[in-house]
Amino acid sequence: MAERAGKAAGTLGFFVRRVRSADVPHVAALDARITGIAKPAYWQDIFERYGRRRLPQRQFLIAEPEVADERFPILGFIIGEVRAWEFGSAPCGWVFALSVEPKARQRGIGHALLETIVRDFKAVGVTKMRTMVARDNRLHLSFFRGEGMMAGPYLQLEKDLD
Amino acid sequence: MKLQISSRLAVFALLELAANPDRQYSVADIGQKYSISNHHLAKVMHTLGRAGLVRSIRGARGGFQFSGNARRTTLLDVIELFEHLGPLDSDAGSGEGTAEGRALGQVLGEIDDIARATLGSITLATMLKLTDRHRNAIQPSGRRPRAKVAGRS
Repeated sequence: MAERAGKAAGTLGFFVRRVRSADVPHVAALDARITGIAKPAYWQDIFERYGRRRLPQRQFLIAEPEVADERFPILGFIIGEVRAWEFGSAPCGWVFALSVEPKARQRGIGHALLETIVRDFKAVGVTKMRTMVARDNRLHLSFFRGEGMMAGPYLQLEKDLD
Repeated sequence: MKLQISSRLAVFALLELAANPDRQYSVADIGQKYSISNHHLAKVMHTLGRAGLVRSIRGARGGFQFSGNARRTTLLDVIELFEHLGPLDSDAGSGEGTAEGRALGQVLGEIDDIARATLGSITLATMLKLTDRHRNAIQPSGRRPRAKVAGRS
């Protein structure tokens, strides 16, 4: 599939494209810096499932700088897929990972990644998008709220298994 | 969930000012749109001024102007200037120390946590976008709602 180009208003040029295998170490590194937890095997597995096979219902997108920069080989990524009938929900696009390089935030990168995956979801006939955010993650909560997302009809419940 | 009147007025006033940060609005301008007393609103604006969210412009054409950061100021920031969200100290004592009291506290604590997370994640900028969506929504009659703007009759 041809790479998509997009550029949000602002001084930082970047474009959004599908992930490639060479991106995986950069995705893992960005995630490790943000979360403090290194999980290279997890990201390799995610790439195999959401990136390598190029299924339209599964999207693993990368924001890459227009001008190559060794410090920031990628500027962000988003991963999502169409899930159907889990928890009784009609087919719906789920975003389950979104990260932007902390030094490149507030420049429209998250918005562009989300817009691109929304287009992909709509292209396969989905009309609803969902995500889940930790209650204390004000950054992600504020971002998704700012993109027009509101609380959905589900409550996430949990218990300890002891 | 109900907010105290002052909290609601504060949110409304800030949305008016933040929508047009280069303009000045008088208390009467805002009070007319929301049908609220100038006296009550003036006290609210004083509190918002002390919090650095608005500045007052003196003079014949004076009023208030937004001086905060709409992308950083959340509904929780505003509401907590006027009321406490969460269990009241007066709730303590009634059942406190009992298993039933702790169980009820856990359930109510869930609600408080969700309320704080929701209000703490919605900035004034996001509220302005949400307001625009409501303003542009087609009513059941098939008509768009008429816009009401502070400062105009």
